[in-house]
Amino acid sequence: MNHNHPVYTDNDPQEELVTLNLGPTHPATHGVFQNVLQLDGERIVSGVSTIGYIHRAFEKIAEHRPFYQITPLTDRLNYCSSPINNMGWHMTVEKLLNIQMPKRVDYLRVIIMELSRIADHIICNTIIGQDTGATTTFLYLFQFREHIYEIFEEVCGARLTTNIGRIGGFERDFNEIAFTKINKFLKEFPVALREFENLLTRNRIFIDRTAGVAEVTKEAALEYSWTGPLLRATGVDYDVRVSDPYSSYQDFDFEVPVGTSGDIYDRYLVRNEEMWQSLRIIEQAIVKLKTEPKGIFHADVPDFYLPPKQEVYNNMEALIYHFKIVMGEIDAPKAEVYHAVEGGNGELGFYLINDGGRTPYRLHFRRPSFVNYQMFAPMSEGMLLSDAIINMSSMNIIAGELDA
Amino acid sequence: MEDTTLNNTIHVKLTEKFGEKVTAVSEPYGLLTFVTYKDVIINVLSYLKDELKFNFLTDITAVHYPGKDHGIAVVYHLNNMVERVRIRIKVFISEQNPTIPTATPIWKGANWMERETYDLFGVKFEGHPDLRRILNMDDLGVHPMLKQYPLEDPNRVDKKDEFFGR
Repeated sequence: MNHNHPVYTDNDPQEELVTLNLGPTHPATHGVFQNVLQLDGERIVSGVSTIGYIHRAFEKIAEHRPFYQITPLTDRLNYCSSPINNMGWHMTVEKLLNIQMPKRVDYLRVIIMELSRIADHIICNTIIGQDTGATTTFLYLFQFREHIYEIFEEVCGARLTTNIGRIGGFERDFNEIAFTKINKFLKEFPVALREFENLLTRNRIFIDRTAGVAEVTKEAALEYSWTGPLLRATGVDYDVRVSDPYSSYQDFDFEVPVGTSGDIYDRYLVRNEEMWQSLRIIEQAIVKLKTEPKGIFHADVPDFYLPPKQEVYNNMEALIYHFKIVMGEIDAPKAEVYHAVEGGNGELGFYLINDGGRTPYRLHFRRPSFVNYQMFAPMSEGMLLSDAIINMSSMNIIAGELDA
Repeated sequence: MEDTTLNNTIHVKLTEKFGEKVTAVSEPYGLLTFVTYKDVIINVLSYLKDELKFNFLTDITAVHYPGKDHGIAVVYHLNNMVERVRIRIKVFISEQNPTIPTATPIWKGANWMERETYDLFGVKFEGHPDLRRILNMDDLGVHPMLKQYPLEDPNRVDKKDEFFGR
C-alpha cells in the first residue's frame, strides 16, 4: 500500500470530520474565544464562533452612571490601549458640550494616544511572531510596552486600566520625568523596532507562514465593515484620524500605510509602519508643544472639569463644583452625538444620547473587535488550523472589546 | 467633517426619491439624521449604498423609549468614505411587535450587529440568516437593555432624580 496515496474505504475513520472545541480558554487564542470547528484532518471545514464569555453589560451600566464614572468602563474595552478609549469618551462628551480644547491639551492627548497605539501594535505583532514560532521577538519588543506603561504611570498613576484624563483635559500637567521618559522612548524604541523588523520582515519562515494566508479583498473587508489596520492591509486608506480629524490630528504630517492583499503578512507590515508613523507624530507633537503656552493642561470649563483637590478642601465654590460634577449634576444639552476615534483595532465609536438626566439615556460603543471578528469563522473555512490560529492573532481581537 | 451643503444635497436627493417617507431631518453636530419607516428601510439603505456611495455600514443599534406607540428606535450609521460624510437613519418600530427587515443582504457585516441588537433589545430582524443571541446566554429569557429591566434595586432612593432638583 502506498502511504502517500491512501485508498479510503466506505467506513474509513479518516473520512469522518472531527469536531474541535477551540476555546473558550485556550493558550493559542490569547483571550476568551470559543470556536467550534469541524476539521477534516488539519483543514477547517466549517466553524462557529461563540462570544460573550466576558460580557459585562457596559451599555446597561453606563445608563446608570454620570459621565465621569463611565471612563473606567471604557478602560476595560480594549485594555491594550485604554487611553485611546478614555480620550475617545472624553472627546465625545466634549463634543456634546461644545467645549473648545486648547491646542496644548490636544497635543498632549495625541502623544498619549499614539503611545497607546504603539503599545497595542507591539502586542499584536509580537504575538504573530510568537504564534509562528519566534518567541524572541515577543520577549524582545515587549519590554518597550513596559516603558510605555511607565510613561502612563507618570502621567496618571495607573498602567493598564488608566482612567487617564478628565472631561476637558488632563487631571495634572505632564511632569519633567514624563517628558524625559517620552524622549528616552523616542530614542530607544526605533532601534529595537528596526531590530524587530530585521528578525521577522525578511525571515523566510515567517514569510512562508504569513504571506498569502487569509487573504481578504477590499470588497469583502468593506462588506464586513472592517476598519483599522485590517482594512488598511486590504488596500483601503481609511483612517479616522484623517477622514474625521479629532484632537488636532490635522496639524500633523503622517502617512496612512496600506497593504495590497490583506493577508497576515500585510497586516503585520501595516502595523509596523503605523508604529513608525506614530513615532513621527509624537516627535512632531513634542516640537509643537514647545511653541504652546506652558502649564495649560485642561480647558477652562469649571462646570465640567473637576477642581484641584486642594481647592476642594479649602474653598466653598470648588467644593460645590466638585460635588455637582461627581454627582452628575451638570446640565448637558439634550442631544445625540456620534464620535469616532481610531483605536488600535479600528474605528471606535461612541453613540451617546443625552436626555438631560444625570446619566446618558443611551450609550452605545461601536467596538472594532466585535465587528471585525465576525468574519473569522467564514474566512477560516478551508484554512489549515495552524493558519487560523495566526489569523486570529493578526486580527488582534481583544476579548474585552469584543464582548463589552 | 460633515459639510452642510453636502448634507443638503443628500437630503434633497432622498426627498426626491422617497418623498414623505423621509421625515424629521436634522443635523445634530453636523451629522445628517432622518427618520424613515420599516416598509422602505431596505430600499433606503440600498439607495444610499448604491446611488449615494454610502458603502460602509458603521453600526446598527437600537434605543428604547418606553411608553410610546413606536417605542424602539433602530439606528443605522452609514459612512461615505470617499466624500467623508456620515449619515444616521432611524426607524421607530412597535414595542409589542418589534420586527424590521434585515440588512444582511446589503452588508454581510450587519449580521452580528443585528444579532447584538436582537439580544439586547429583542428586535426581530426578518430574514436574518442566524438570529440567535450573541452576548448573553441562550436561556436568559429577557432582552436586558429594555428600560423596564432595572440594573439596581429600584427601591433605592439615593439616586432618585427628584432629590437632585430634576
